[in-house]
Formats: sequence, structure tokens, C-alpha cells
Amino acid sequence: MYKVEAATKLADRVYEYWIHAPQVAGHARAGQFVILRLHEKGERIPLTISAVKGDAVRVIFMTVGKTTEELATLRTGDSISDVVGPLGRPSEIDNYGTCCVIGGGVGIASTPLIAKELKEAGNHVIGIIGARNADLLILEDEMQEICDEFYITTDDGSKGVHGFAADVLKKLLAERKIDRVWIIGPAIMMKVTSGATVPYGIKTYVSLNPIMVDGTGMCGSCRVTVGGETKFACVDGPEFDAHQVDFNELMQRQRIYTGQEKVALEQFAEHRCRCEEGGHHHG
Amino acid sequence: MGDRPADVRINDFNEVDCGLSTDEAIAEAERCLQCKKPLCVRGCPVSIDIPAFIGHVAEGDFSAAARSLKEQNMLPAICGRICPQETQCEGVCILGNKETPIRIGALERFVADRERENGAELPDVAKPTRKRVAVVGSGPAGLTAAAELARRGHAVTIYESLHEAGGVLTYGIPAFRLPKDVVRAEIDQVLALGVRLKKNHLVGRSVSVDELLDHDAVFLATGAGLPAFMCIPGENLNGVYSANEFLTRVNLMHAEAFPESDTPVMHAARVAVIGGGNVAMDAARVARRLGAKVSLIYRRGEEEMPARRAEVEHAKEEGIEFYTCVNPTRILGEQCCVTGIECVKMSLCGVDASGRRSPEPIEGSEFTLDVDMVVQAIGTSPNPLLVSLIPGLERGRRGNVVVDKNGRTSIHHVYAGGDIATGAATVIEAMGSAKRAAAAIDAMLKEE
Repeated sequence: MYKVEAATKLADRVYEYWIHAPQVAGHARAGQFVILRLHEKGERIPLTISAVKGDAVRVIFMTVGKTTEELATLRTGDSISDVVGPLGRPSEIDNYGTCCVIGGGVGIASTPLIAKELKEAGNHVIGIIGARNADLLILEDEMQEICDEFYITTDDGSKGVHGFAADVLKKLLAERKIDRVWIIGPAIMMKVTSGATVPYGIKTYVSLNPIMVDGTGMCGSCRVTVGGETKFACVDGPEFDAHQVDFNELMQRQRIYTGQEKVALEQFAEHRCRCEEGGHHHG
Repeated sequence: MGDRPADVRINDFNEVDCGLSTDEAIAEAERCLQCKKPLCVRGCPVSIDIPAFIGHVAEGDFSAAARSLKEQNMLPAICGRICPQETQCEGVCILGNKETPIRIGALERFVADRERENGAELPDVAKPTRKRVAVVGSGPAGLTAAAELARRGHAVTIYESLHEAGGVLTYGIPAFRLPKDVVRAEIDQVLALGVRLKKNHLVGRSVSVDELLDHDAVFLATGAGLPAFMCIPGENLNGVYSANEFLTRVNLMHAEAFPESDTPVMHAARVAVIGGGNVAMDAARVARRLGAKVSLIYRRGEEEMPARRAEVEHAKEEGIEFYTCVNPTRILGEQCCVTGIECVKMSLCGVDASGRRSPEPIEGSEFTLDVDMVVQAIGTSPNPLLVSLIPGLERGRRGNVVVDKNGRTSIHHVYAGGDIATGAATVIEAMGSAKRAAAAIDAMLKEE
């Protein structure tokens, strides 16, 4: 069992958990992820490692389905049945010169560790975080602290630049030389944003989040097409060259279980209602 | 007691074969000729003293039979169920020349099941040697090596990346062929020898290569888990699975019980399964139990199918349609979902390197099957993850770890066995290679 050392709600439907997992914390690098399973009947879901402190790792997630809704019911001191990691290849950190690290929505969770390692490798690091509105922005102080330059964007203009992260990136690209770019967020955001670096031929990494089961290269559920070849995101990635990724296929494969996910979520919501009416509490 | 009727068993995941009753087992054991030079023992990859254990069954001394089995095999309830006995012990049984061979597998299972129900005796464990051995992977090879080494007094830790031990026994082979409580009970027997099991530990990631090599000896048993795809158009459509994924979702994650369990799997009306091995039969029969009409597509003839004979028969009884001498060329889809599979008929001519007739496509014989899901069970190759991270570990062309007959690799204290060394093979062959490696590891540790 893996203990939740601290559970905090960061924003609407967004939660931050520190989980005691020494074998993960002792080996984790930027760009890697864990797979967790809540209990005997749980599914295995991948979550990016957002930070490491001592024997604990931080994950940040948004409630989007049954498992994340259930995960969000855990409180400090509760336990998770299984946590395995760090999985996937670490980010390709090196001293490139100037690097831009962009996070969109809950994808911002991945950015501090990448930015920190890039900074430690000697890069000038530009951070851009974007969300729909100011209330959904996360890790603002942390990114501000790590990055040499830092920008915020909101779709509605409630904070920072009114617009998308891609708008800030385009402006920066027009003004100066950037050597490497990381973009982490929803598939559609990564697709659109990475388009901005194509004309400049700048190596751009995106972190892909297809459906996974084992996370160790054994099932092929997470297969993605990169540069015309089939790759397994769990072991060949999760970071890939954005300009080679077939984003449409990724988005199509993310929807395989949409119908079943809805059933599971509805059933869970119904179960919770009944429990609350009966005065029970599922911790 | 025989098999449960096909029309009943396709509605559940309970075991198909009910095993032998006590009377049946004794009667079967009494048929054994107790050969002076038993061919069956030579036919067994782990050299079980078959006449001895069968002799005890004939006398009605089932505890003695179990002790005899466990001298050579710590997983008898598993092997009795899934070994290809027809090509091993039973295949060479002298009785087979005139009548039917002794049902050695069924007897092995009977003895092991009987022992489990009555509380198993533990074999003796030698006094501690203080040597630390790391076993990577808890499948058949890893469990066997761990048991052998623990019995010899070494401190063994098994590292398993999944949340449950057993490897292919757990995620691969369905419960109707190998019930999961049987697997767990035999794993518990191995752990009862003092073996430590660390689940959720992916060596190479959660345990560094340096930490691994710091043990007095290492046994790599990471298996052949990397699924092959055919590389035909349409392969990444929603509804195309590797057999590994399809079987893992059901066997390990219990997707058949969704939404009671959280992992979903597609429920299709018509499924095509590609392949002719045990894994293909398993996938076809799982799909059948999920309610599908299933077509099995295999590029050679039925005689060439590498699956156990019993599984081919079971699949047919359960209504799986066989398309033999047929090869898929394209998976068809509309709006991201599978709608059909285009195939070509094959003719078998000549004999290839594997000794089987070699299939050639027949021009103009293309046809389409309407299906909404495809499972590819065309084989797996050695897991590349860990072995590619160990500097100086020699690997073969197919990604397997190169070993000598005792499982020694190119690194002094690192051994390997099972599918990671041989490429995909049977459970019992993996166990045989693990036993030889364990003996060599023990000898090395005692020399030091």
C-alpha cells in the first residue's frame, strides 16, 4: 500500500497528491510517470510525476472519469493499493541554450520538473503556463521561481496574456532564438501549439497520454504513430518529437472506451449519492 | 469427470476440465507399467520421477505422490493443467503404442489439487547461506529459479513490475484453463520457502541496474512480453488489440466484470483472432465468453497449429469458426472503428526452416470477413526494456539474452532463463531452463 502523505485541492476538479513511494522517488526524472491502481477492482492509470521530495512523489490530476473521481475522494493518510514507476524514458535534458517549457491545463503538472532539470543543466528557461481561466491555473509560484522568464495565458483574459500559450510562443519565436521547446497539455493543445515551431525547425517535445494498461511495453494499448512508425508511448516515450506525431490517431485512440467510461462514471456518481443519503462515508 | 459441456461453459470463466475423481485417478495410475527405463521422465523438461509419483497414486498415498512431484516441480497444479503433455511425457509413454498413454498431466493435477485442498507440506529448506539473489520477473521461470535457490538456503528476492505475481500465468492464461486461485496457491508455496516478492518494481526503472548487479547473483526471467503486430493497414483502428492487451484486460484486470471492476474491454458482436497458438485459442475463447461470434484466422493448416491439441478441440466445441490457410492483408474501418478484415487464401507448398509447410498467398482469392474487433495473437518477442539497459549483456538477433546450457550470460554473476533467453516457448520449457540455471547459480555461490 502507498500512503497519500498530503492531499490538496488546487483548483476546480484539480487535485495534488504527495504519495509515499520510495522506489519511485529514488529514481524519478523529469518526463517520467507512474501507474497507479486504487484497489483490487481498480484500473491502472498513468499520471505524470510532477515533483519529488524525499521518499514521496507528487501527482496532479483532473477528475475526468470514474477512477480520477474516486481518487479525488482520498484524504491525507489514505492509501493507494499499487504505484509503479518511474515509467517511460526521462526527458532529453541537456544544455541546449534557451529552452521553452509550456504547460496547458492540468498538463502544467509536468512542467516544473522539466524546467528545473533544464535550468540545472545550464539552460535559459522560459516558462509559459496557460489555462481556460485564472481559477484553473496551477503551480504558478513554483514555475515563476524556477524559470528565468515566465508567462501566463488565459483563454478568457482573467489573468496574464489574453489568449493561448501558442500566441506567446509565436511572439517569442519571431523575436529571438529558441533551441528546444517542450509542450505538455491536452492532445489538441499540443497539436496546435507545436505547429508554431514547425517553420523554425526547432526540436519540440510533446508528452503523449494514450490509454495504457501495464505501462511496461507488454500490451501495445498505448501505440502511437510517430514518423510513420508504431511506437509504444509507455516505453518508447512518453515524450516524442511533436512534428512527427500523428495527433489525430492519438485523439481517436483516446476515445476507444468513451461509452464505457460514461457508464462507469454514472454508476459511481449514483453510488456516491446513495452513500451520502445514507450518511455513509467512503474515505 | 471430464469437461463441462461447451454450451454451459461459454457463459462463464470457470474451469473447463473438471479433473479426475479419486477412483478415476487410482484406476488410471494402475495402468502404468512402471517401466524400468521410463521414457516419460526423459520427455519431461523438469525430469519429474513420473513412475514414482504415479506408483504412490496407485497405492492411494497421495501425500507421498505430492512429495515426489515437488522434488522436481514446485508448480504441479499449474503444469498438470497447461503442459503440452502430448508432445512430452505422454507422447513417449510406451502404452501409447498400443492403447492410450497414461494421462500423466491429469494425474499430476489430481495430486497437486488434492494436496492443496488438504494443506500442503513444505519441502525442506537448507540453512541460510547469506547469499543474496535477485530474480527479475515472477513468471514460470522466475518462480522456479526462486524456489530452487531458496531451498538451497539463498536469500531470494523476486522483482515483479505488475501488481500481481505469476507473469503469463496471471495475465496471459485465462481462468477457464488455469484458475487464478490455483496460481496464487502455488505462488504462495514458493513464497513460503522464504522468497521475498517485491511487486510494483520494474527493474531498470524502480530498481537501478547498479542496484540489481549488486546482488551475489542475478537471474533474469523477464519473459517475452513484447507483442508482435502484423504491420498491415488499419492496425491502429479502435478495436484492434494485441492478444496480450486483450487477455491482460480480462485475466489480470477482470474487464469481463466491468463496470463492477473498473477496466473496460470492447464487447464486439464479431471478432477475428489471428494466430494458431495457445494464445490465439485463449483469446478466441475469451472473446466467445464475452458474447462474440469468433473467427480464428491461421495462415497454415490445422495440423501445423502450435496450440495444444486439447485447446484446439475445446475452441471448436465452443463454436469458434476456423479459417485455416488464410492470411489477413488489411483491417477495414469506418470512422476509426473496425468494420471488417480482408484476407487472402494461402496454399501450403514446400517445407520451411521450421519444418512446417510454408504458406504462399493464392492470387485473386481475397475475401472479406465482417468483424468489429480484431485480436492479433501472432507471437511475442523478448522484453527489451531491462536487458537493453545492462551494459555488456550479450543479446541475440531476436533480442534474446545469449546464454549457455546452464543459463550463464556474458556477465559473470548474471544468469537468464525462460522466454527472455529462448524466445517465446512453453511454461515448462521456461521452468526447465530456470532449474538448470538455479543449479549453476547455486554451484557458483558455493564456490565463492
